[in-house]
Amino acid sequence: MYVAIKGGERAIRAAHALLDACRRGDPDVPELDLDQIREQLGLAVDRVMAEGSLYDPEFAALAVKQAQGDLVEAIFLLRAYRTTLPRLGESEPVDTTRMAAMRRVSAVYKDLPGGQILGPTFDYTHRLLDFELADGRDAPDIAEADEPLHEPLPRVLDWLNAEGLIEPPGGMGQKQPDTAPDVAVDDAAGAADAGDDASEKCGGPHPHNDDPEPGDITLDPLELPAGRDVRLQCLARADEGFLLSMAYSTQRGFGRNHPFAGEIRTGEVAVELCPEELGFPVSVADITVTEADMINQFKGGGDVPAQFTRGYGLVFGRLERKAVSMALVDRALRAEELGEEASSPAQDHEFVLLHADNVQASGFVQHVKLPHYADFQSELALVRGLRRKWEVGKRGGGTTTDGAGDTPEAHDVDDAGDSHLHSFGPDGMENGA
Amino acid sequence: MKPKSRYTFAYLDEQTKRMIRRAVLKAVAVPGCQIPFASREMPLPPGWGTGGLQVTAAVIGQDDVLKVIDQGSDDTTNAVSIRSFFARTANVATTTRTSEASIIQTRHRIPETPLREGQIMVYQVPIPEPLRWLEPRETETRTMHALEEYGLLYVKLYEDITRLGEAATSYNYPVLVEGRYVMSPSPIPKFDNPKLDRSPALQLFGAGREKRIYALPPFTAVESIAFEDHPFTVQRWERACDLCGSAESFLDEIVIDDAGGRMFACSDTDFCERRRQAGNRGAMSAGLIAEELAGELIGESESEGGAQ
Repeated sequence: MYVAIKGGERAIRAAHALLDACRRGDPDVPELDLDQIREQLGLAVDRVMAEGSLYDPEFAALAVKQAQGDLVEAIFLLRAYRTTLPRLGESEPVDTTRMAAMRRVSAVYKDLPGGQILGPTFDYTHRLLDFELADGRDAPDIAEADEPLHEPLPRVLDWLNAEGLIEPPGGMGQKQPDTAPDVAVDDAAGAADAGDDASEKCGGPHPHNDDPEPGDITLDPLELPAGRDVRLQCLARADEGFLLSMAYSTQRGFGRNHPFAGEIRTGEVAVELCPEELGFPVSVADITVTEADMINQFKGGGDVPAQFTRGYGLVFGRLERKAVSMALVDRALRAEELGEEASSPAQDHEFVLLHADNVQASGFVQHVKLPHYADFQSELALVRGLRRKWEVGKRGGGTTTDGAGDTPEAHDVDDAGDSHLHSFGPDGMENGA
Repeated sequence: MKPKSRYTFAYLDEQTKRMIRRAVLKAVAVPGCQIPFASREMPLPPGWGTGGLQVTAAVIGQDDVLKVIDQGSDDTTNAVSIRSFFARTANVATTTRTSEASIIQTRHRIPETPLREGQIMVYQVPIPEPLRWLEPRETETRTMHALEEYGLLYVKLYEDITRLGEAATSYNYPVLVEGRYVMSPSPIPKFDNPKLDRSPALQLFGAGREKRIYALPPFTAVESIAFEDHPFTVQRWERACDLCGSAESFLDEIVIDDAGGRMFACSDTDFCERRRQAGNRGAMSAGLIAEELAGELIGESESEGGAQ
């Protein structure tokens, strides 16, 4: 039986043993080890880390293995594990300008300081099954570049910002810079130099050190309406498929926001902690992230000259599709702030933020598999009672609108033709009344 | 590979438990009002009782005796899973006897055996917002609660009565707490609603996915939404339990053959078992079929204390 009330524990144990057998598959086939998953299924590991919101390739690989490749299940495993981990501190803001990029492209300028760096990308590949790969292939020789990349890579949106052509990173309310654009490029490099100086002490002149303390969706319940800090956190660990469809819907006219890929970059960034007893930041990890800086529909009028707007995406790993989706949805969620009508699903804070998390969605959708027979029994009794009333009405007894005191005749269970009528009798009074 | 992680008592770290206890205290102070809390991911899926799980984890102590039921039964899959979770992570004694338990975590039922002072009921809540199906927006419904704007609920009830002759809500039937907050009792059958009223037990409601906790302190007045000329009614069966003969308890309908033949048995398996131990018999308990069914469907619970 589906819910064997006796032997439930035995059945569960047996089901889990069978699950493990399914995980292992044919025992004659060598078992996957975590190194293989981490090294050869890197994008699966990246997705699990991003949506599990825990940067740990080893545990993410374990989750992929344990979940038999079901990434949403793997994400859940990692998320449930991360919630038990102690918090050692808060990192300094990560400076993506100083990223050691493996990929950096802009779709708004043909060429730019630092260059278009394609890096590892599926773009421009022909999606033909590579039958040779089936038998395995050694890693290709990758030649070292003649000279290192221009570091730090200046940011495309900083040039536009310097010219006042795009809203500042924090939104329209911020003061516009009054520097000329040609100086601004040097400034971007200069800011990075200042960043070097900032490494000497904590809370140094970081461009965002005056920002209010950001929220934390892992420590505080989501309060609506939510600020952009909290929204970006939700999007960063949102389900990739959900974000992709939401982003796509904006491109098809449900909250259009005219995105240009100002700059997309992938690479390693340093995570720095500032231990109180030291008073200066120390690098605790290098993590791979993908950042999408989008240039969107311009605004202006009244006190504000015309300028482009922004959408921002940042995710763990090489998840470019997700970073771009995130940036489009971020921009869509800023509709009201930017004086646009927010009438589409992607612009609706409650709709997007409360349904984006696949751990929650998957859990609740699948909870329908739990037994519901007490609830169903209640509904059965109600429907039977309503049918009986309806039949009485049809027979000309007049519809009674009085739910009370209308005693049903007892029916025999074996009275096949009519057996749905035997068990209901509304009680005229509240219990104990 | 890294060393194996060790989990703390009842799984959650102490800071998290303190945060949940603060929300519980706030909830007790404002009966029926939904208090936001920073729900954590648990090793069970959201929507499978993570709110109840976190509330239990925050209030359980080493000396507690825990009972877990799902749809009234101690031995359905999820109840077994949650009970063994606490047996494993908190190493507490577990029981199937309502009278022996100090904490009872439940999904969708209140035990038939009357509760007593000192017991804590922990309810698993899927949708804590009683106005959700009338207004999907959290921002709106919070304002409605603040302004005691409950007209919509009465409009729905009025429409049900005019169209169908009675309330069309058979479970998760909304209640008014101490004349102030309308509260979702979780999907218990409305049959159980009267048990909420002035219960001597402390009743805590946890919604994990929805990040809300609310509570009924002992002896709180809880009234099911109704009109004076259309009083609240509960389901009643024309028959008694086929196993123990109880005419007072909520019955489950069990299809027993291909012809759609049915038997009825108490949804509360512990209550049914105690009655049979006391010598009570139902219509089917004499026959051989019933013995088999009782064996298959009702049975003794295998877990008495501690992990398996």
